[in-house]
Amino acid sequence: MWDYLKLVVLGLVALLAAIAANYARDFPFHLHMLLFMVAAGGLFLWTLRRMEEPRRVPAASGYMDGPVRAGVIATAFWGVVGFLVGVWIAAQLAWPGLNFHWAEGYLNFGRLRPLHTSAVIFAFGGNALIATSFYVVQRTSAARLWGGNAAWFVFWGYNFFIVLAATGYVLGVTQSKEYAEPEWYIDLWLTIVWVVYLAVFLGTIMNRKERHIYVANWFYLSFIVTIAMLHLVNNAALPVSVFGSKSVILWPGVQDAMIQWWYGHNAVGFFLTAGFLGMMYYFIPKQAERPVYSYKLSIIHFWALIFLYIWAGPHHLHYTALPDWASTLGMVFSVMLWMPSWGGMINGLMTLSGAWDKLRTDPIIRMMVVSVGFYGMSTFEGPMMSIRAVNSLSHYTDWTIGHVHSGALGWNGMITFGALYFLVPRLWNRERLYSLALVSWHFWLATIGIVLYAASMWVTGIMEGLMWREVDAQGYLVNAFADTVAAKFPMYVVRAIGGLLFLTGACIMCYNLWKTVTSVGEKRPAATAVPAE
Amino acid sequence: MSTTDRKPRPGEPETTGHEWDGIEEYNNPLPAWWLWIFYATIAWSVVYTVLYPAWPLVQRATGGTLGWSTRADVAAEIARFEERNEPLFARLVAADLADIGADDELNRFAVSAGASVFRAQCSQCHGAGAGGVQASGFPNLLDNEWLWGGSIDDILLTVSHGIRNETDPDARYSQMPAFGEMLTAEEIEDIVAHVRRLSSQSHDAARAAAGETLYLDNCASCHGEAGEGDRAQGAPALDNAIWLYGGSEAAIRHTITYSRWGVMPAFADRLREAEIRAVALYVHQLGGGE
Repeated sequence: MWDYLKLVVLGLVALLAAIAANYARDFPFHLHMLLFMVAAGGLFLWTLRRMEEPRRVPAASGYMDGPVRAGVIATAFWGVVGFLVGVWIAAQLAWPGLNFHWAEGYLNFGRLRPLHTSAVIFAFGGNALIATSFYVVQRTSAARLWGGNAAWFVFWGYNFFIVLAATGYVLGVTQSKEYAEPEWYIDLWLTIVWVVYLAVFLGTIMNRKERHIYVANWFYLSFIVTIAMLHLVNNAALPVSVFGSKSVILWPGVQDAMIQWWYGHNAVGFFLTAGFLGMMYYFIPKQAERPVYSYKLSIIHFWALIFLYIWAGPHHLHYTALPDWASTLGMVFSVMLWMPSWGGMINGLMTLSGAWDKLRTDPIIRMMVVSVGFYGMSTFEGPMMSIRAVNSLSHYTDWTIGHVHSGALGWNGMITFGALYFLVPRLWNRERLYSLALVSWHFWLATIGIVLYAASMWVTGIMEGLMWREVDAQGYLVNAFADTVAAKFPMYVVRAIGGLLFLTGACIMCYNLWKTVTSVGEKRPAATAVPAE
Repeated sequence: MSTTDRKPRPGEPETTGHEWDGIEEYNNPLPAWWLWIFYATIAWSVVYTVLYPAWPLVQRATGGTLGWSTRADVAAEIARFEERNEPLFARLVAADLADIGADDELNRFAVSAGASVFRAQCSQCHGAGAGGVQASGFPNLLDNEWLWGGSIDDILLTVSHGIRNETDPDARYSQMPAFGEMLTAEEIEDIVAHVRRLSSQSHDAARAAAGETLYLDNCASCHGEAGEGDRAQGAPALDNAIWLYGGSEAAIRHTITYSRWGVMPAFADRLREAEIRAVALYVHQLGGGE
C-alpha cells in the first residue's frame, strides 16, 4: 500500500517537473526541472523494480547510522569543494586576471562568491549538523531515528537542494539576499526537507528512553526550529512566473534590509553557533571522557543565547537607512550577547579540566580546544564590532571578512574536523584512526592557515577603514578608492596562502579518513549495537 | 533516567545525577566573573538605551536624552568643515584662475581640494595618478597633449560640461565617421600605414604612399595635413607617440574602421562651482597645463 502511494507521488512529481521543464521561461529553471524529473523518475523506477522483492524487515532496534555515514562523506566532500572555491576566489581578488574572459558570467568572482559561502556554510556545515544531530540524538535519547527512511530523505533531499543552489549560482539564479540566494522553487524544496528533518529529530526525542533531554539536543532543536522560521520569513517572495526562476521579494525597502539581516545574523547565530554548540556539547565530553563542567551554566547560557541572538541583526545596518533606534537595539543586544556566548566556551574548556594532559597526546582534543578558543575570540570580536563607533571603522572592510573566517574556519571548521575524526572509526567500526600523525599535520596546517587568514584581514581591514576616512585639514578625502585596493594586495596574497594551508589540511583529513575505512582492522564486536538503557 | 550510583571522588564536584551515552554533568555554580560581566552588560545596555534613540513606542521611538542621531552627527561634521572652508570657496569663485599663482594660500587650498575631488570623481576613469587607461581610451592628464585644449579655461569647460554626453547641451561634441562603411579594407590598410608614417613608426612605404592621398581626402580636414590635430574639434594629433586608444596597427585599424566614441559626464550639476574650479586647477598643475 505504502509502495503504491510512493509510486503515485514520485510519478506525479516527475510528470509535473517534465511539464515545468517544457514550459520553462529560462535555461536554469529548465535545467533544474529536468533534474527534478530525473531524480523523481529514477526513484520511481527503482521503487517499481523492487516491488516484487521480498521486503527486508527493518531493524526495530539498533541505531540507524546509514544517513550519518552518508552525511560524514558529504561533509568531507563539500568541505573540500567549498574550501577550494574559497582559495580560488581569494586568488581572484589578489590577481583579478583570474576572472577569465571566457568564463565571464559563470566563473567570475561575483558568481563564485555565493557558491563559496553556501558550499561551506550550508553544504559543509549543514551536512555536518544533520549527520552529527542524527548521531547524537540517537545516542543521547537511546532511541532509533524516528520515521524509518525519512532520515534518508533528509540526507538526499538536503544534498539535492545544495546541487540546485550551486548550479543556480553559476548560472545566475539569485534573489540577491546574502546567504539566502536560492530562488523560490529551491526555497520551497528546502522547506519540505527541513520539515521532515524537524519531524525526524523531534520524533526521536519523543521516543527517548532517558527522562531528560541532553543539552546538545536543546541546541540542535533550537537550530532546526529557528532556521525554519528565518527561512520562511526572509524568502517570502512572489514568482514572476511559475515556469521561471525569477521572483520578487514581498518586503519593501528598508524593511527588506532589516529582515535580510535578521535572517543573516541568525543564520550565524542558530546555524553556525547554536547548531555547532550542540556538536560541541556531545563530542568534547565524549572525546575528553569527562563530565560537562556545569549543568546550570548550560541552562542559563542556552536560554540567554537564544533569547538575545534573535535581536542582534540590525548591527549589520549601522549608518544606513535603518532608523537609529533599531540600530541601537541591535547594538545593545549584541553586547549583552557576549557572556551568553562565552558560557558555551567556558563549558567546553572547563570540561577538559582534569584532562589537560590529553592536549599533549590527543590531536583531536587539541582541535576541539582550538575550536572553542576561536569561538570565544570571535564571540568577543562580534559584540565589539557591533558597537557603532567601532563599526564606523570596520564596516564594509576586510575586518568583517576576517571576523567571519576566524569563526567559520576556527570554530565551525575545527569542531567539525574533530567530530569527523571521532565519528569515522565508530561509524565504520574500525579499531582506531589510520594515523594520528596526519591528524597533527592537519591541526597545524589548519591553525597556521587560520592565523594567516585572520591576521592579514585585520591588518588590511583596519588599514582600508583608516584610509577611507582619512581627510586633510580642509576636510577633503586623502585617498582614492583605488589607492586602498592597491595597498591591500600583499594581504590578499597572505590570505590566499592561509586558505591554501587550510585546504591542504582538509585534503589530508580526507585521505586519513579514507585510509581509516579501507585499511584499518575492524573493531572486535564487544556487544551488538542496541540502544543503551 | 539513568541515575548513576557512584559516589563522587574526593574533591570532585557533585554531578546532577543524569547520564546520557556515558556523559555526565557536574553541578558547578555559574562562574562569578561570568555572571557579573553579564549583569554589567545588561546594566550598560539599559543606560545606553536611555541616552540614545532606542525604544519604539506607538507613534515614534524614544529619542534618547542626549538628542543624538547619526544624521545630525554627520551634518554637524560637514558643517564644521564647510564653515571653515567657506571664505576660501568664495575667494576661489571670485578669483581669476589664470592668475591664481599670485595667491599662494588660495592656490594651495584649491590644489588640495581639487585633488580630493579628482580622487572621488575622476580617478575611476583617469586613474588615481591621472595616468589614464589607454586600453579604454581614458586620456592621460599628465602630459602636454590635450584633445580639447590644456589652458585652465579649456579644462574648466571640459569638466563643467563633459564630452559627448546626452545630459549637457553645452558638452564638447564631435564625431569621427566609421570608415569601414565607406572605404575598402585595402584602403584602410593604406591609411594605417600613412598614419604610422606620420607618427614615425615602422610602416610599409608603398602602402603609406598610397594612403597619403586617402588621408588627405578623408582625414586631414580634422586631424590636419601633417597630423597635427585640431583642438577645436577634439581631433587628436597623430604626429607624435601619444595615443588615446593605442598606436599599433591593430588599434589604428580598429579606430579607422569603427571610429571611437569617448564620453565624459558633465560635472556642472554634480559639483559646486568652487569644486569644479579646484579640480580644473589640480589637473592644470599636474604637468601639462598651458
